[in-house]
Amino acid sequence: MLEIRGLSKSFGGVKATDNVSLDFADGSLTAVIGPNGAGKSTFFNLITGALRPDSGEILLNGVDMAGRSPPEIVRHGIGRAFQVASIFPSLTVQETMLAAVCADQRRASVLHRRFPLAETRDRAEHAMELLGLAGKRNRTAATLSHGDQKLLDIALALVLEPRVLLLDEPTAGMGTEERWRMIDKVRELWERQKITVVFIEHDMDIVFKIAPEIVVLCYGRILATGTPDAIRRNQAVIEAYLGTEDHAGAAI
Amino acid sequence: MTELQAGQDGEALSAPRTEARTQRARYLDVSIALVAFAVLAMLPLFFSSKALLDFVIRCSAFGLFATSLNLLVGYTGMISFGHGMFFGLGAYGYGLIMQRTGVPIPVAFVGTLLITAVVAAVIGAICVRLKEIYFAFVTLAFQMLIHSTILSWTSLTGGDQGLRGGIPRPIFLGIDLANHVHLYVMSCALLVLGLLLMRQIAQSPFGYTLRMIRDNATRASFIGIDVWRARLTIFVLAALFASTGGILMALFVSGAYPEFAYWTISGEGIFINMLGGVTTFLGPMVGTVLLLILNDTVTRLTEYYGIVLGIVILFFAIGLRKGLMDFVVEWYAQRRHDAGERG
Repeated sequence: MLEIRGLSKSFGGVKATDNVSLDFADGSLTAVIGPNGAGKSTFFNLITGALRPDSGEILLNGVDMAGRSPPEIVRHGIGRAFQVASIFPSLTVQETMLAAVCADQRRASVLHRRFPLAETRDRAEHAMELLGLAGKRNRTAATLSHGDQKLLDIALALVLEPRVLLLDEPTAGMGTEERWRMIDKVRELWERQKITVVFIEHDMDIVFKIAPEIVVLCYGRILATGTPDAIRRNQAVIEAYLGTEDHAGAAI
Repeated sequence: MTELQAGQDGEALSAPRTEARTQRARYLDVSIALVAFAVLAMLPLFFSSKALLDFVIRCSAFGLFATSLNLLVGYTGMISFGHGMFFGLGAYGYGLIMQRTGVPIPVAFVGTLLITAVVAAVIGAICVRLKEIYFAFVTLAFQMLIHSTILSWTSLTGGDQGLRGGIPRPIFLGIDLANHVHLYVMSCALLVLGLLLMRQIAQSPFGYTLRMIRDNATRASFIGIDVWRARLTIFVLAALFASTGGILMALFVSGAYPEFAYWTISGEGIFINMLGGVTTFLGPMVGTVLLLILNDTVTRLTEYYGIVLGIVILFFAIGLRKGLMDFVVEWYAQRRHDAGERG
């Protein structure tokens, strides 16, 4: 259970996250939507420790994560992937996975043994299979296609076996068809891994189709939360974000 | 994303195979090291040239120094302009301990490494948080600080005259470092052992942690790596090997001079890495040999050593855009690739 309580963060006078309180149940799949500058990425950055919140609590199974460093938060089980694939360009897919498992097993400082460690192998193999990257294990990350780099980024989060997985626009920079394939993959991972997934997405068709829960952010505040149906009918959301009622009608 | 369904281009990992492969890699490294040591150690039997042995001793000192710099530059992406301070610290630390205490050589050796570790930990704690160019500048500043300290603390260091009067070389376990051949074999042993240890660091899980930090430090922290601690650790480890190079140098010239701690030593370390290349483990070693050969031949022919060296560096930096070993490895890979396509 991930509970956000009164989370706030300002940059200068701008309230990027303004008193946000949310619950993410174990095993839930939630989409975070909102116009550009709504504070979606800031929200993720606060939860994962990239930014320090001004106030509020981030409770993962009752333990407060607010103000902790990214490595600490990752070790507590909150993993993330980035809007622009954040990978290790010179490592191969397989090396990336093996090294990540190594870090997760607190063996990143081991000096007396050789890389890769035998005990990191199964998990690395499993993650590559899950994301469909096993066939490209020996490719250097830099030479992968854009879509595969995004998958590798997700694999990098998933291989750590997180309890909560935050995906910042998994479909960013992809064509329509590729988007759907990626989002099917996300949904498949969520169903198979039984973890809590929260993702940011711009494409309303995708959001309404696959997310059982939706959070709408606007100017750093929560505008609405609920099921796709409830969000579609929400007057405030229609005015602030979805635009005309016609558009909302079309989406239905 | 059709590429996702592309065919397998690699075999799946299996436990025994991983274990066997890493073991094999380690045995291979040790074997190469033993053969290299045997060849070097037998050199005096066939060549009586003192100049040749001197050359190998200098290669050992600078090779350890340059390879340790590559652990920072090539493996971790930390470009230090002050790595030479640890070379100087090694030379002075060892020289002073030997001159003032009369302990056996191995004790002075270990003592010097301990001092280096403490100094490196303090300086590293300040520097490793800094990004790229700031890290380079601040390490350079510390180098200047140590150099100035050596110059001004005349009562301890002899100031600009250096540690004179020779460094005692008492015999231990039958090894007499005043004997040229003994000193030579000792240098080769330290070089080979040092390289082997650094190779182990580079190929360990920690070595891959360093590569991740070099590639993308932010991502590394988001998979749970304490980036600051890893950087500090390699900063101190690299300092130890640089210091060993300095100790060898002090043993060789039986003294220590302020130039050993001057920033130009760090500059030479960077030159060597550019010459040899930073993408292979032995690149800096090849660079060391190249630089010393250049140094010895060019200074014999002309007094404009700096100009010739500058031109050579420009050739590598602008012409090849990489070091010699990088070039060789890429050329070889390309050749194999072409052969594969033809076959």
